Amino acid sequence: MKSDSIFLPVYGVVGLIALWYLAVWVRVVDPVLLPPPQDAFQALWKGMAGGRLAYDFWRTVERTAYAIAIAAALAIPLGIVLGANEKLYRTCEFVIDFFRSTPASAMFPLFLVIFGVGDTTKILVAAFGATLVVLFNVAYGVMNARKTRLLAAKVMGASRLRVLTDVMLLESLPQTFVGLRNGVSLALVIVVVAEMFIGSIDGLGHRVYESQQLFAMPEMYAAIFAAGALGYGLNLVFMLIEKRFVHWSGK
Amino acid sequence: MSAGPGSPPPHAAHITVRGLCKAFGAAAVYERFDIDIARGQVLSVFGPNGCGKSTLINLIAGLIPPDGGEILLGGKTLAATKIGYVFQNYREALFPWLTAWKNIEYPLKLMKLEPRERHERVERLVTRLGVQIDLARYPYELSGGQQQLVSILRALVVEPEVLFLDEPFSALDYEMTLFMREQLQRIFLETRTTTVLVSHDLEEAVYLADRVLLLTRRPARVADDVAMALARPRSDDTLSDADFVRIKGHCLEVFQREVRKE
Repeated sequence: MKSDSIFLPVYGVVGLIALWYLAVWVRVVDPVLLPPPQDAFQALWKGMAGGRLAYDFWRTVERTAYAIAIAAALAIPLGIVLGANEKLYRTCEFVIDFFRSTPASAMFPLFLVIFGVGDTTKILVAAFGATLVVLFNVAYGVMNARKTRLLAAKVMGASRLRVLTDVMLLESLPQTFVGLRNGVSLALVIVVVAEMFIGSIDGLGHRVYESQQLFAMPEMYAAIFAAGALGYGLNLVFMLIEKRFVHWSGK
Repeated sequence: MSAGPGSPPPHAAHITVRGLCKAFGAAAVYERFDIDIARGQVLSVFGPNGCGKSTLINLIAGLIPPDGGEILLGGKTLAATKIGYVFQNYREALFPWLTAWKNIEYPLKLMKLEPRERHERVERLVTRLGVQIDLARYPYELSGGQQQLVSILRALVVEPEVLFLDEPFSALDYEMTLFMREQLQRIFLETRTTTVLVSHDLEEAVYLADRVLLLTRRPARVADDVAMALARPRSDDTLSDADFVRIKGHCLEVFQREVRKE
């Protein structure tokens, strides 16, 4: 039973590919728009093994990494300050929540005007979106530190600062990781969209868009799969880091 | 009932509460409440639900500020006194990011002791109380009783002058409660620390106490103040001892009377 369940996801993947074959075979759509799976996987393999796709892949990774690094560097300290001062948080809550709810893609034209068409704009728009998500989660995590734990530290003689560094910070870590995971997903979405904009010369978004323009369908599917793998991989990386450093999360 | 200023030390009150006032909104919990607790005494506080049992120890331990009155511990203020406090909810009182050992060590770190001395003090306490838990584990890897024992050790490691226990066993099953009672009794005998215990289990309150303080409904007054002089160590036989049964019966009677009062 248990060894069976490991293979269950494999059945799902095999099923999807079978469906794809079937769709190609009965010609549900034009074969130009939907090439057989082996063509797409071949394009993926060729592209990733030293081809152009690998380069675009790493460009996207690079931009997303910069964006989440900027977001974390800004949002974590700021979130702690906000979370520790409830009045300050209540003051900023609406503004943060408003811009967190604003689709970051709506900010593109503004950032384009300010920072030009280069990498800076792509990274900063993604960082903007991710920062607010991380900020919200960190502040929330700090604010929702278990009251008993704070009291326990206080009754043992911990100063306000020690309570913050020894208890609140660690208490907020699980929620911080939720923020980072959501933040990196959002950053990737924004980066890929930004790479489709005028003036882009590389990145997965650019690859998808260009393949589509050139009607190179296997290459387009390959780029989409690469983007999917990247999103899944980033989430996995953060989950592994969380498991390693926030071992008490959910226990 | 209070010890005068000239009393000899052995009879001197360790904790002196005078004119304590506390209200939550319009509901007065304490109105000019007085009590003395002798040094080395184990005091159980028992009373109707919501009468302010936990509030009393939270006030004395400084977790919540009083509206008025004076609380002295051995003539000193609370700030100058080392206390140990054990919460009912051990899951939320221990630090899950630290191992059990580091949890116990934490208050010594706050006292800025050297690593070696910290280690020695934890080691000494663990040996003296015959603790048999793998302290290298994290709290969430331990059973409920083991976790509460860790929080008790964390409270004791600073060698507190006063130990506060807020319904320490109420989240444990009966088997664990019996085991923990024995552990606690051993701690009392070993350390002779002045202890204030809040309990909602009358048998436990009487069994562990040198003195049982029975409270009335809000605003809480002393309904009765019962001495419990049975020799320690007490055992399961104590539970059927004639004196124990009589004292417990008396406490129950007082309690029932207070509960029925409207």
